[in-house]
Order: sequence, then structure tokens, then C-alpha cells
Amino acid sequence: MTRESIVNAVVLALLIAVPAWAVVTGEPFTITLATRAVIFALAAVGLNIALGLGGLVSLGHAAFFGIGGYAMGILAHHAQTYTVLDLGLFTTGGTKSMPVIWLVAMVASGLAALLIGMLSLRTAGVYFIMITLAFGQMFYFFAISWPAYGGEDGLSIYVRNGFPGLNTLVPIQFYGLCLGVLLLVLALNAALAKSPFGLALNAARQSPARAETVGLNPQRLKLVAFVLSGVITGLAGALFADLNRFVSPVMFSWQMSGEIIVFIILGGTARLFGPVIGACVFVLLEHVLGGLSDYWHIYLGALLLAVVLFARGGIMGLLAGRGAVHD
Amino acid sequence: MTSILIIEQVLNGLQFGVMLFLMAAGLTLIFGVMGLINLAHGSLYMVGAFAAAAVAGATGSFLMALTAAMAAAAIAGVLVETLVIRRLYRADHLDQVLATFALILIFSEGTRWAFGSFPLFLDTPDWASGPVTLPGGIDYPRYRLLLIGVGLAIAAGLGLLITRTRIGIQIRAGENDREMIAALGVDISKLYTLVFALGAALAGLAGALVGAIQSVQVGMGEPVLILAFVVIVIGGIGSIKGALIGAILVGLTDTLGGIFLPEVFKLFMTPSAATASGSAVASMAIYILMGAVLIWRPTGLFGPRAA
Amino acid sequence: MNLKSMILGTALAAIGGIAGADGHGGVKVGMITTLSGGGAGLGIDVRDGFMLAIAQSGRDDIEVVIEDDQRKPDVAVQLSDKMIQSEQVDVMTGIIFSNLAMAVIPSAVAQGKIYLSPNAGPSALAGRGCHENYFNVAWQNDNLHEAAGAYANTAGYDNSFILAPNYPAGQDALTGYKRMFEGDLAGELFTDLGQTDYAAEIAQIRASGADSVFFFLPGGMGISFLKQYADSGVDIPVIGPAFSFDQGILQAVGDAAVGVVNTSQWSKDLDNPANAAFVETFQAEYGRLPSLYASQGFDTANLLISALEVASPSDAEAFREALRAADFDSTRGDFAFGSNQHPIQDIYAREVIVEDGIFTNKVIGVALEDHGDVYAAECGL
Repeated sequence: MTRESIVNAVVLALLIAVPAWAVVTGEPFTITLATRAVIFALAAVGLNIALGLGGLVSLGHAAFFGIGGYAMGILAHHAQTYTVLDLGLFTTGGTKSMPVIWLVAMVASGLAALLIGMLSLRTAGVYFIMITLAFGQMFYFFAISWPAYGGEDGLSIYVRNGFPGLNTLVPIQFYGLCLGVLLLVLALNAALAKSPFGLALNAARQSPARAETVGLNPQRLKLVAFVLSGVITGLAGALFADLNRFVSPVMFSWQMSGEIIVFIILGGTARLFGPVIGACVFVLLEHVLGGLSDYWHIYLGALLLAVVLFARGGIMGLLAGRGAVHD
Repeated sequence: MTSILIIEQVLNGLQFGVMLFLMAAGLTLIFGVMGLINLAHGSLYMVGAFAAAAVAGATGSFLMALTAAMAAAAIAGVLVETLVIRRLYRADHLDQVLATFALILIFSEGTRWAFGSFPLFLDTPDWASGPVTLPGGIDYPRYRLLLIGVGLAIAAGLGLLITRTRIGIQIRAGENDREMIAALGVDISKLYTLVFALGAALAGLAGALVGAIQSVQVGMGEPVLILAFVVIVIGGIGSIKGALIGAILVGLTDTLGGIFLPEVFKLFMTPSAATASGSAVASMAIYILMGAVLIWRPTGLFGPRAA
Repeated sequence: MNLKSMILGTALAAIGGIAGADGHGGVKVGMITTLSGGGAGLGIDVRDGFMLAIAQSGRDDIEVVIEDDQRKPDVAVQLSDKMIQSEQVDVMTGIIFSNLAMAVIPSAVAQGKIYLSPNAGPSALAGRGCHENYFNVAWQNDNLHEAAGAYANTAGYDNSFILAPNYPAGQDALTGYKRMFEGDLAGELFTDLGQTDYAAEIAQIRASGADSVFFFLPGGMGISFLKQYADSGVDIPVIGPAFSFDQGILQAVGDAAVGVVNTSQWSKDLDNPANAAFVETFQAEYGRLPSLYASQGFDTANLLISALEVASPSDAEAFREALRAADFDSTRGDFAFGSNQHPIQDIYAREVIVEDGIFTNKVIGVALEDHGDVYAAECGL
């Protein structure tokens, strides 16, 4: 049992215990906060595949978060207003079923990630960071100016979408669903990191030239990682839209992209549970510090600064030492 | 769409570009020499504007306000560099992004705590207000012409600094190979602090100059920061020439795009639909430009070419 | 925490809960408003106006929980959940911006909470989306723009150049102006949200041959536009809604705003006793002149207090009835609700002047009298 797996187990236990305790004491808001943390964690786990494993610093990942959210928003909007969505090739009345929405969200963000990835991966380093930012901004400005789905006002979905067998309106049930999705993705992520693909990707990240000499194609590996990462962040976006019962262009903003990166760095880059810890701590800080002062962003900034300067491996680095993956 | 209107819009694009250059020049120097992504550059812009507003309010002198802006931003820059940035040179881009993102939070709310939540008053000086008639019968605001002049003068000054002075040689060498010039006996940490302070002063000056015709409020630096990054990416990181050309390109694209795209759309859409979708595409125009440039030249127009 | 104190705590809470349910007249208010970032000035004004009225009422049974939404829709939704689930408020209020309002209000009123809007008045909630629990104490978003159009008619303008940012409130602004304005449009422009440089737009205004300019550019956008417009030498008269000329913004714009006509449902020089007292006590308490946002917060609190005199939130129907009656002294003078629970009120034209070295507004006329909104017909109430 490494220190890291002990920390992982503790985090998992807390993710189950705290909401359960909230049910017992009748504090539904705690469950809402926990759900928010879990969904942010999912978005960050997605980004971590590209960033931690692949070394791709994407400052535009909010694009996929927003695409997932709008996929949900558009489908549910048509369903709840009983209007028809005309996509040219076929029409649909929308849907309020989560599995269908998730599928659409993942496919849409996957396609977007493919396109954006193909174009962006022609660059590297800070240029890559900037071009991903540019794509994120394009989506943001487009969403604001697109009046059909609310523009800057966004779309309200009055009743949460349904999942077969569950009553998603009950906070703990929706939380359990989100947690289940997160754990599934974490398991896949763990398997991925150890798989031949994951090892090859890691090699490509550390030294593309050497990877090429052994016959790997770093560009293709990075593209696949980018697409996977977009798909998962897109799924998180659909869940986030369902949590808030609301979608708006803010989901596309560069501040959102920055926040997702913050979750990863705060928790520990390229660590399995790193993004989870980062997201939970961030949501906790947001909630606690906000009650202390009107100017709480100052404290949040100071804390983040302290983490970067003095705790390079993030919180996981503090707790469990340097990871095996990073050099 | 008269020719006078077009000329006026070109001048506007030029002025916008030249102001962006002030931000971008500092940013590209900092990244080129020190390899540092500085998200807090927009905060230095804001500090300059607030310092100018405070000093202009107290003394009534615009020139003193500008000096104060540069000084305040430079001091803030030096503080930030010695306390925070210094530890990040060896860190990877990710850590730099997070640290400077954290600085944005601290600066923004700190400014709000110090100056309150309402925008501050800063106005153009009387000797630079009002319109002036250009040859051809165009009425153009005097202040904007001043901005174009100041911006171009600073561009020339920076160019001279980089190519003709010892500091400039050190900066160019530092961009090329950091370890080598340290080995050759140049005091790297002093050089870095100097470059950072220079970049900060430029940002502060831009903030003050632009704040006089826009609004001085918390968060004013962020939109400009994004644009400045777009500029240096288009121009090529580390290149002052690239920053100038990139800035003018971005300024012209944004200004002319906003005017002409709706007109183009009107050719095949109803006027109100054309206006709405035209301005939607216009707001994305500079990002489309950046994407196109990067796809054609992955390191920007004047950036380092792959060996 | 040992067992004894836990039991004691639970017992006290239970007693407190029962006492509350008895309807001793108290109320718990959840205020979600923007207190940080660029739009904070508006939220702070609303909060200060609201709390001033609460303090002046002398009642000790009104508990107000105030939270900052940071102008983020997802934070606002989260705070709304907290107010409803955790704080268990009876009444909610505070949201400044329409996009946050759309995220929070439909769900909150559907869960049985009364919502009193001190600012945002999106058309969706005035028309088909109206609800018996939703009251708007400020205006419907189109109102001030419609008044500008009406004023333009009486001022004799017949060729306007209009511009607004390209987002729903901006689109509503131009629609509202066009609804009332009877002249032609020399030009119609959408700017970018957050745009700060208007040189290009001003050049177009200059070239358009318009006799008037109507603009809606809230916050920093308006400051930038006015300063640049004043510098450009373009002399065409400008009108707009009060959002670019409120007390907080005027000091930042300075001379560039003097002489501009703006429309508002309130002005500090409105001649009625409630308003005179409000302006004086606000200035004494906070050291600054109130803006229309502060007056809206003040009126919202007084509406609530007036309803509490007659009914309690625990009797929902009676409380709604008491709110509908709007039996309070508004800073605007006459105040009544229309069928969709949005105000029917006079909207004034004001001019920006310098008074005792401070930039402020002076009423120069009534633009629209007893004006409701066009969406009331679509509302099923």
C-alpha cells in the first residue's frame, strides 16, 4: 500500500461518508456542494488525461465543458417546450433522458476535440496554450451572440432530467449518480495510465524524439489523448448543467478553463485522485472563505500562490510524495 | 460607406493596435527573455490606470499621472518579481499559469478593497481633448492621434534599446540562451528584474493612457490581457517587431471586422439578422485570425523557427 | 460536542421552529446579489438601500441573509439552493443581472418562495414565464428604453442612430426603443459585450446623418463610450436609459455626461416626502448620494414591510395579496402593480447636471405616464 493509495482510499471514504452524514442530519445543501465538487473533479480528471499524461496544457478546455452543457440544454429545452429541433438531416423533439443526453454530449465534445486537436497540435508549448484559448473564446463569443438558446441569459431547464431507476430530484440520488460516473472514469483512467497506450503517451510527453525512434507516433497519441479528455470534460459539462438546471456561455469562459486547471494543479498533476482533491478543496474554500469576507478572493489567491510556491506537487504531493509518473 | 469613414476606421484600428502593442511588448519581452507566462500583466495595466486616476485627481496634472502610472506599475512589478516570480523561472508553464492566475485574484480584490467598487474618474487633459481636423476634412480626436504618436515613439525607442544598447544585447542574448549569458558573467537576476519592471511600466502606461478614454475599474485588464496574448502569439514570442505588426493586425482586424462584416452579411441576409450574426462573427474575428496564422506558421509570424 | 449539548441544541431549534410556524409575523429574507467584481457597485447600492429601510422600520423580526453571487450564474443557483434548503428563507431578493435572474427565479418560485426583484426584469418572467410568487419592484427591462423612445418623439427627433451590446438585454433595449420611437433609424449597431473602444462606432454615427443617438451600454462600457464620444467632436444629442447615468457611474464619466438626457423611474429630486427622507437618510448613513439601484432596494424592503403589517409568509395567499396591494410610500410617489406583478409607474426624463461640484441628475419631464409593460398580456395571472 503506497501512501498515495492510502490517500486515495481516504478521499473515497470521505466522498461517501460526508454526503451520507448530510442525509442523516438533514443538510441537503452539503450534498449540493459535494455534487458540485464531484462534477468539477470529473471535468478536471478529463483535462488531466491531456495535461498530466499527455503534457498538453489546454487553456480552452471550457469549450468542451460548455459543449456538454449546451448539448443537455438544447435537448432538454426542446423537450420541455415541446418544440422540434430541426437539424437539417433529421428532426427531434429533444429528450430529458440523461443517458441519451450524455451520449450526445460525449459525441459532440469528442468531435469538437478532434477538430480542435487536429488544428492545435500543429503547434507546441505556449503557442498550443494560446490556440486552445482562442478556440475556447470563439465558442464563448458565439454562445453569447446566439439568441436562439438564450445568448448571454442562458437557458433554464426547470426540472432535472431523468435517469432510469432513480429520482434525480432527490439530491443524494443525483449525487450518487455523479459519484458513480466519477469512479467509473477514475477506474478507466487508472487502467489507461498503465495500458500500452498510456505508457506510450507518457513516453511521448517526456521525449517526443525518442518516442519516434521506437516507432511511436507522438502526434497521433496526443490527439487521441486530447479527444478522450474532451469527451470526459464534455460529460462533466452535461452533469453540471443538470446540477444547476441552467446553461450559460459562462461555461465556455477562459476563467472556467483556468479554474479546471487550478483543480488539477491544486490537487496534484498527473495523480489519479489529484483533480478530485483539488476540486473538493476549491469548492470548500469557495464556500468557507466566501462567508468570511467580501474580499475573499484575496485569501483564495494567496492560498493558491502558497500551494504553487511551496507545494509543487499539489496537495497530493504534500501528502504522498512525488508520484511515479512524473520525472 | 464613404472613404472618409474608411480612413477614420483605419486610424481607429491603428490606434487600438498601437495601444495593444504597449501591453504586448512587455509581455513578449518577459516571455522571450524569462520564459515566463505572466497572466498578471493585465493587473499591472490596472494598477497603472488606478495610480493615474488617483494622482490626476490629487494634482490635476496628466503628465504627473502618467509618470505615477509607470512608477506604480514598475514598483508593483519589481515586488511581484522578487517575491513570487523569481521562484517560478524553473517551474513549468502550468505552475506559472496558476501562480499568476492567483496574482490576478489578489490584485483585483486588493484594488477593490483599496479603492472601492465604483469606477474611478480619469479624463484626457484639456490640451489633448477635442477633435482636430486632418487633411481631407476628417475630424479625428486629438487624444487618439496622441496615442498613436506615443505608441509609435515607444516602439521606436524599444527597437533602439534592443538593437543599440548593451542592455538590449543582453536581452537578445538572454532570449537565445539563458544559461550561456549567465556563464558569461551577466547578472541574470538583475536583468530579469529589469525586464520585468520595464514590461510592467509599459503596461501601466498603457493602462493610464487608455483609462483616460475608457473606464477605470477593477478587472479592466483581463480583456486586454487576452488580446495581448493573441498579439504576441501572432507576432511570434520574443519579437518586438512581431508584437508591433501583430498588434496592428489585431487592431485593424477587430475594428474593420466589426464594421465591415455586418455589411458583408447584409448582402445575403436580412439587415437585423446580418447585424446580429455579423457582430457575432466579428467578435470571433481575431481568434480566427490567430488560429489561421498559427496553422500557417506554428510559431507566429516572426517567432523562432523550428531548426 | 457532547450528547447533552446536542440534545439541548436540538430542543432549542425545535422550539424555535415551532415558534416560527406560529406566524408571529417574522420573516427570513435571502438576498443574493453581486458584491464583488466589476458589477459590485449595483449590488452594494441595492443592499444598502434595502438594509436602510429594514433598519428604519424598527422591526426586529426581519432576518436578512446576504450572499455574493460574484455575477456567476452557477454560484447564484448554488446560493439559491442554500437559501432554500439550508437557510429555509421565506422570501428571496437581490439579483441584479437578468441572466442570473433567469437561472434562479423560475426554480425558486416553483418551490414556493416569494421573490421580490429589486432590479432585473427580464421579459420572459413578465410574460409567459410570470408566476404568482414573483414580484418585480423596479421595472420590466424594456421600460426605460421605451421611455427614451417616447421622449425622443416629444423632443422632435426623427432620425435616430441606436446601439447596444449584442446580448439579450441589449437586444431588448433596442426593441424597446423602437417600439415607442416613431421616427426613422439612421443606423442600428450591436457592439461586443465588454467592448471598450467605440471609435469605430462613433465614426459611423458621425457619418450617418442622425439627429439623435440612443445607446444602452451599462457599466464600464457606457463610461468608455461617453468619454470617447465627448472627445470626438460629434455633436449629435445623446439619450439613454439611466443605467449609464446612475450616481455611481457619473463621477467616473465627469463632464462628458453633462447635458445628456436619460430616462429613469426615479430621481433624487422627485418631490415627495418619502423620497426626500430617503435621500437625506441614505446620505447620512452611507456618506454618498443614492442611485436608482439604492432606491429600488429601499422600495423593495418597504414593500415587504408593508405586507408584513397585514399578513405573514406562512399564509401564502394572504401574503401575496398584501404584496399585490403595494400599500407603501414609494420613493417614486405613485406605485402600483400591474396584472403581471410588474410596476405601473411614471418614467421620467432627467438631465445630467453639476450640483455643488457633484454630477447628478435633474428631472426635466415625464416621458411615460402610468406605464406598464407589453408582456402583461401574455401573462396568465
